[in-house]
Amino acid sequence: MFDFLEGYDLLGAFWVTVQLTFWSALGSLVWGTLLAAMRVGPVPLMRAFGTAYVTVVRNIPLTVIIVFTSLGLFQTLGISLGADRFTTINFRLAVLGLTAYTSAFVCEALRSGINTVPLGQVEAARAIGLSFPQILRIIVLPQAFRSVVGPLTNVLIALTKNTTVAAAIGVAEAALLMREMIENEAQLILVSAVFAFGFICLTLPTGLLLGRLAKKVAVKR
Amino acid sequence: MPVPEGSVPDDGDALVVLRGVDKHFGTLHVLQSIDLTIRRGEVVVVIGPSGSGKSTLCRAINRLETIDGGEIRIDGRPLPAEGRELARLRADVGMVFQSFNLFAHKTVLDNVTLGQIKVRKKDRRSAEERARSLLDRVGVAAQADKYPAQLSGGQQQRVAIARALAMDPKVMLFDEPTSALDPEMINEVLEVMRQLARDGMTMVVVTHEMGFARSAANRVVFMADGRIVEETTPEEFFGNPRSERAKDFLSKILHH
Repeated sequence: MFDFLEGYDLLGAFWVTVQLTFWSALGSLVWGTLLAAMRVGPVPLMRAFGTAYVTVVRNIPLTVIIVFTSLGLFQTLGISLGADRFTTINFRLAVLGLTAYTSAFVCEALRSGINTVPLGQVEAARAIGLSFPQILRIIVLPQAFRSVVGPLTNVLIALTKNTTVAAAIGVAEAALLMREMIENEAQLILVSAVFAFGFICLTLPTGLLLGRLAKKVAVKR
Repeated sequence: MPVPEGSVPDDGDALVVLRGVDKHFGTLHVLQSIDLTIRRGEVVVVIGPSGSGKSTLCRAINRLETIDGGEIRIDGRPLPAEGRELARLRADVGMVFQSFNLFAHKTVLDNVTLGQIKVRKKDRRSAEERARSLLDRVGVAAQADKYPAQLSGGQQQRVAIARALAMDPKVMLFDEPTSALDPEMINEVLEVMRQLARDGMTMVVVTHEMGFARSAANRVVFMADGRIVEETTPEEFFGNPRSERAKDFLSKILHH
């Protein structure tokens, strides 16, 4: 019944999906945190930049962003992100696009977490002479992260599925292979089911594990 | 050292000096040209009806509230507007809040060592040593490894006092330290504060605890509607208040 799978590197394709997800998640966690720090910080210019970034990027379709990284950044401006093979260039461009997009959502999730930290603790931190960066790093962000493990899990699951958009610029992840198999094979429903199952295998454990983590690290008040 | 009625403390000994301090919240003139001098080792209790501006006054002294006019000097230096300078000054001014405001994700011990390590740049060992002796002094040494949420309100507030003391502040500000406490816990906190006063700490205490004002204060400052209405010894204030406003306030809180 599953003869049609023969000759396709299903695991290889999903491995690319996992790599895309991993690097984009890492990148958007870092960039999203910086954006959130800008948005709550005391410098008006940074606050304005953070707000503008989130507002603009959040409202552009991911496909447009991913296609822009290839057509705009690479083919027009010649930015190849230090790679020389096409597959590597496209992979890195996709990570860049996914990071740029996802970090807007990470920033907003984190910002809602920052709002759960009582203002009094920030005042107490100021009163013992901590600077703004210290207060953010030592008092606010650790508590903010703990309270948004749930929302960040949603962002991560969405990111995992969003990696399929990278197929638009030819990254050989799961969705590109699915497209190829749909062209070549007759069992359309089964092909779709196999890929749907593959993604569930990736996202379901993520949700369960992080859900448990969220309960474990929650700050008792 | 009780201050004779009406005398202006001599400035050589002044630690905190407010001159013509003004503050508005929108249209509300919450501090109206406040003049106040707090001398080294003095315990000043600020009382008054709610909305009189006493908390704002307290918070203005370490610039948790900005002021619109006038000047605040601490130990002879004007209060810096922001940045590193302000952070350094705040480290010298201890503050205890109504709602304790302990860092919820850190243990009691870490709450007390944090400022010593990050601001005073002490090494962890000596910071912990100091923290444990302070926790012992306020009577919560046994709770050092617990988290704030596991402590009673009275215990949390005593930890907050230890956290402020760990910075070796020149002056301690108390912003209604017992108002959020269950009645049976108020005394354990007041006792720590009394001990602190006996040890010669300079203190500004905003409170509704008249017993504390009577027994521990060198001077009582009575505020109403953003002004200092009366400023005198506790004996004088409670025994023979001069202003109608103070008489009215005292009659409402003492005879019920």
